[in-house]
Amino acid sequence: MNTEKVEDKPSGSTAVSMVKSEGVHKSFGPVEVLKGIDLEVKSGEVFCLIGPSGSGKSTFLRCINHLEKINAGRLYVDGELVGYRQKGDKLYELKDSEVALKRRDIGMVFQRFNLFPHMTALENVMEAPIQVKGVSKAQARERAGQLLERVGLADKAGNYPSQLSGGQQQRVAIARALAMDPKLMLFDEPTSALDPELVGDVLDVMRDLAESGMTMVVVTHEMGFAREVGDSLVFMDGGVVVESGNPRDVLTNPQHERTQSFLSKVL
Amino acid sequence: MTVDIDKTTGPADTPPAGPEAIKAIPVRHYGRYVSAVIAIAVFASIVYAFSQGKINWGAIPDYFFNDRILGGVGKTLMLTVLAMLIGVFGGILLAVMRLSKNPVTSSIAWFYIWFFRGTPVLVQLIVWFNLGLVFEYINLGPIYKDYWSSFMTPLLTALLGLGLNEAAYMAEICRAGLLAVDEGQTEASHALGMSHSKTLRRIVIPQAMRVIVPPTGNEVINMLKTTSLVSVIQYSELLRVAQDIGQTSGAPAEMLFLAAAWYLILTSIFSVGQYYIERYYARGSSRTLAPTPFQKIKANVLSLAGRRQ
Ligand SMILES: Nc1ncnc2c1ncn2[C@@H]1O[C@H](COP(=O)(O)OP(=O)(O)OP(=O)(O)O)[C@@H](O)[C@H]1O
Ligand SMILES: [Mg+2]
Repeated sequence: MNTEKVEDKPSGSTAVSMVKSEGVHKSFGPVEVLKGIDLEVKSGEVFCLIGPSGSGKSTFLRCINHLEKINAGRLYVDGELVGYRQKGDKLYELKDSEVALKRRDIGMVFQRFNLFPHMTALENVMEAPIQVKGVSKAQARERAGQLLERVGLADKAGNYPSQLSGGQQQRVAIARALAMDPKLMLFDEPTSALDPELVGDVLDVMRDLAESGMTMVVVTHEMGFAREVGDSLVFMDGGVVVESGNPRDVLTNPQHERTQSFLSKVL
Repeated sequence: MTVDIDKTTGPADTPPAGPEAIKAIPVRHYGRYVSAVIAIAVFASIVYAFSQGKINWGAIPDYFFNDRILGGVGKTLMLTVLAMLIGVFGGILLAVMRLSKNPVTSSIAWFYIWFFRGTPVLVQLIVWFNLGLVFEYINLGPIYKDYWSSFMTPLLTALLGLGLNEAAYMAEICRAGLLAVDEGQTEASHALGMSHSKTLRRIVIPQAMRVIVPPTGNEVINMLKTTSLVSVIQYSELLRVAQDIGQTSGAPAEMLFLAAAWYLILTSIFSVGQYYIERYYARGSSRTLAPTPFQKIKANVLSLAGRRQ
């Protein structure tokens, strides 16, 4: 198990919490999408987020790395406020460069992969370390090679994304995120754009990652994965957390009526 | 036609054959032959008419590689390249400005495009040349000070006039290119911690190029021809030189034909270049690149040879 992430953190009550959300609200114009989300993701755990379409799962995930600005509440990653700096009782918006600095530590994997189509698999993985961290080309290349091997694609390094299957593209996308050595990985329905027979390979890579101790927040419809790999699970509906707990408990014995009806449809 | 079937007497020893290849007689396109004959006839009569005209065709080869003509060709090329460089970089800058969230920068870009697209290049060229009426001196403090008229050489006027005007057109082309790139690309890049400018330079612009290059090739060819307008401000590019020679050598029309031939040669060369640049930016966009014309010709020749045997 890899526990190096816990080292340089301020000791205190937030030391074990990687993501902490307190009453997070988010609106798009007049439409309130998140209506007060309270939850906590502990360091090293696999945190699954399920819920019907439009319940705000993606929106919440995007708030965590400040791709969306929240309207109310507080959101902390690794003990630090997302997107703002607090001085006294005033909040100051962070500059773009400061936000970018924090995003380095948060990897994100998208439903539609979003690989850079004009770069090969290897170049996709090398890009951010070179451009953001100033790693040398040779070093980045070596590391990218190792990461591609880790996701089982060492032989596809020279392929462009259009020459890869969906499952292969998603695994390259995971390698690309890992190349920045994130302390937190966000997955937004990583397998729902894939053909059924390709889902397994991607889930295997994610299972591996979970075993290595990575903190992961996973929006998913793969209940099997949630049950086997998940440490906590939250069911969201209509912008609120309806039910949460151990995945095995929630999935086999849901307490809330809305959870029951959702699970009866997807299981 | 198919005698093979009758021949198959011993089914046991013949290898299992696939379905027989189709050998049908293709449809005859008689219309194509007729139209080709008409087109050739019309073309031939036009050539004949020109050859009988009062034009001294011999003067054209005499002057085709004349030093002054070649100098004019060089200057035309240089103007085209430099003005296009100003146009492309200015255009990308303006497009990024227009798409920016900052209302000040986007309105400045809007105003620029509105002004330069809305006035004729020829007028702009003449205005630049005569701006000495407004600014008698150009004064950059201790660095540089001179009369406007001696600062604004014909070359500088030409470059500014053509380049700044081109930037306005390129801005619209670049804007379409930037908008064609999927938003997920920007998002993925930001999620990796890349800054706005790095995202633009490394991720968005290279992908936008696929959309930007084809119309830009068009712009280059247009620019090559538009440089001829610069002859009005006495810059000795191809048309100016051809006209000057025409006046002194007593073959004005001939020299215009000569210039036209040179323009045609130059635009043809640019078209070939454009084709290869497009191929470069298409990398990764499809599983296999389309073959180049040379590869196509080679393939055709091979398949013809194959059919003949
Ligand atoms: N940029 C936006 N502008 C306006 N509305 C938005 C925007 N993004 C999301 N929404 C709305 O917010 C709501 C929640 O969207 P979100 O993508 O978070 O749902 P989700 O739970 O991820 O659903 P799915 O399972 O279908 O991905 C939806 O009603 C959506 O229409
Ligand atoms: Mg979603």
